Amino acid sequence: MAKSNEIKHREPLFHVVKRDDMPQWQAWLIRCATILIGFLLVGILSMAITEESFGDTYQIIFSGVFGRLFEGRTTMLWKYLQEIAILLCLALALTPAFKMKFWNCGAEGQALMGGLASIFCMINFGEKLSYPALIITIIVTSIIAGAVWGVIPAVFKALFNTNETLFTLMMNYIATQIIAYYVYIEGGGSNVINPVAYGNFPAVGNNDYFVNIVTVAAITVFMYIYLKYSKQGYEISVVGESQNTARYVGINVKKVIIRTMLISGALCGVTGMLLVAGKDHSINTNLVGGQGFTAILMSWLGQFNPFIMVVMTAIVVFLRIGVAKVADTSHLNSSFSEIIVGIVILMLVGCEFFIHYSIKFRHSKKEVKA
Amino acid sequence: MKKFGKILALCLALVMVVACFTACGDKTPEEEGSKEAAAVKVGFIFLHDEQSTYDKNFMDAAKKACEEMGVEYAQRTQIPESKDCYDAAVDLIETDGCNIIFADSFGHESFLIDAAEKYPDVQFCHATGTQAHTAGVANFHNAFASIYEGRYLAGVAAGLKLNEMIDAGKITADKAKMGYVGAFTFAEVISGYTSFYLGAKSVCPSVTMDVKFTGSWYDEQKEKEAAQALIAGGCVLISQHADSMGAPTACETAGVPNVSYNGSTVAACPNTFIVSSRIDWTPYFKYMIQCVQDGEAIKADWTGTIKTGSVVLTDVNEKAAAPGTAEKLEEVKGKLLDGSLQVFDTANFTVEGKKLDSYKADVDTDEKFEKDTEVIKDGIFLESDKRSAPYFDIRIDGITLLDENYG
Repeated sequence: MAKSNEIKHREPLFHVVKRDDMPQWQAWLIRCATILIGFLLVGILSMAITEESFGDTYQIIFSGVFGRLFEGRTTMLWKYLQEIAILLCLALALTPAFKMKFWNCGAEGQALMGGLASIFCMINFGEKLSYPALIITIIVTSIIAGAVWGVIPAVFKALFNTNETLFTLMMNYIATQIIAYYVYIEGGGSNVINPVAYGNFPAVGNNDYFVNIVTVAAITVFMYIYLKYSKQGYEISVVGESQNTARYVGINVKKVIIRTMLISGALCGVTGMLLVAGKDHSINTNLVGGQGFTAILMSWLGQFNPFIMVVMTAIVVFLRIGVAKVADTSHLNSSFSEIIVGIVILMLVGCEFFIHYSIKFRHSKKEVKA
Repeated sequence: MKKFGKILALCLALVMVVACFTACGDKTPEEEGSKEAAAVKVGFIFLHDEQSTYDKNFMDAAKKACEEMGVEYAQRTQIPESKDCYDAAVDLIETDGCNIIFADSFGHESFLIDAAEKYPDVQFCHATGTQAHTAGVANFHNAFASIYEGRYLAGVAAGLKLNEMIDAGKITADKAKMGYVGAFTFAEVISGYTSFYLGAKSVCPSVTMDVKFTGSWYDEQKEKEAAQALIAGGCVLISQHADSMGAPTACETAGVPNVSYNGSTVAACPNTFIVSSRIDWTPYFKYMIQCVQDGEAIKADWTGTIKTGSVVLTDVNEKAAAPGTAEKLEEVKGKLLDGSLQVFDTANFTVEGKKLDSYKADVDTDEKFEKDTEVIKDGIFLESDKRSAPYFDIRIDGITLLDENYG
């Protein structure tokens, strides 16, 4: 084949074309199908490895997530909702920043600082303040701590245009070390702070996590309204689309960046508070357990819509707990559940790609061979 | 929002389908087994999974003990030291119907006590904890083993190896320096490396030791780097109290003899592995199961020993160990068994050049970490006597701490 000829007609094997024409219902059909295929795949992979039947696998997954719900025992259901609430709260916290195209990768650290403020108040003011005063102190200080940790990178971004991705990531490590040091001081030689009896969120009807779940439900609704209907929410979208446009229409971009990160950090701080005052009553460096990073995915997969995020977090947490139970029942390595959840998340991310882009293949057969 | 409803409908449909599976194919055990005293199901809570040698040691023992006793068991791995431990215990009790709960990590303790208060009919057992003797919760128990005896024996093997090197002219007696990779500067680790050192010193009097801490029970890279730093600093033999393969593999690469922990590493380190001590938890698991089957109370503090089969050594690797090591270990083990030899005999070590006559250790957990209990009696430091978890935290002469790490 003549070389010059080839160059003239060279066309890549395929090329990617952006498409905006897919109707909404079709996009949702693809997403639902992906989720269904994902669930089928979970069952099939588990079957292949554990030698349980498909039905048994799902029975184990469901017993892992819901326990004996059908016998009227709701403990595990609440635990499931609590796990959703925490991941969701972090995803909600990140959303306004992401919508503004500010890549906040520091949810982990901001939540840790919120948690640190909570435990500090519980330990130091627990005996001195009345219960309502203590709770208010915890709420206020946690919000401030998270907001401060979030706003530091934002100020640097606004004033000096520093890279916020690296900055927020580095702030995580600083927060982790501060917690490690605090645990060392309070733990006195051991690396454990025993649970503190003061400033715990109340159990409602024998259920420890009710307050957390209701709080996050309220934040979900608030965030939906804030982003969709408030002027500030609109400003965030405009800054995210184009900072120049924003400036042209008279939006103070620096102010919006700083204000939005204050909110983002504050909500991360609230998550830390929910984990400390509403769950552990103690703290260690593993408090957030990497969920600050999973939350980034949740925010994206939820397309910055709080209600879709509820569904996405519910699916991911369901798989995380359920497949971990499969691994435990079959005495598998815990990497098993991480791999399975990873596959499903990858599928979800992949399906977004095919919704927004189409792939056009080269037509002529001859050329394909060449 | 319509589309959102669709997903919801789909999810609900899925829930229903699987609900049918669950309802039809129910094979879970009958009501919480309290009808017969003999019905025991053990629930194990592990901090990591079998990738950690620490947890694997517990998991192997759990499997063995439950198989030998013919009881069922369930497990939860990767349970952090947080309320998740409490939740896991509740799950094991309510979903799996367990009536004994065991957790393997120090930080699980307080959360396990909370669960013990909520379920007074279930027995809760906890390894390495310190609060059972003061918590006043009748169904909560601590357990540990006199692993310092095992480390002492491993130290003897190390000392013999040093003697062999001195005799062969590879090092002079004053260069007999060992290195030790520890996790944290806690009593558990201090007690371990001190007994190891005393074991080596009993056969090689000129030995000294450097200690480095990683600040983690499991960090392969840090453990490897610490071992390499110790070797570079002139240590001719390495041991460790951390859970990864970091230190042993660093030793194999450098050709430096290694005394291991938690089990044999001979497969990965055939040329440098000498011997390893470990706690075998099978005797304790059998004991707690037996107690529940017989309706007897489990001890608040249980300390396994060489005698109970809780403290064990692996086979000596003849390729790396000094000749006659196995025989010598048998001899020393005999002395430990009949009580004629005490690891922490104050005659065998000094602190700042002086012999210790009296020492108060922090035995009872409190907020101020007060040193509350006299632990030296008749010239012997009574380790694991006042409670099962170690409390020897004295810095003795001959051991240099290159750094400290509390996590």
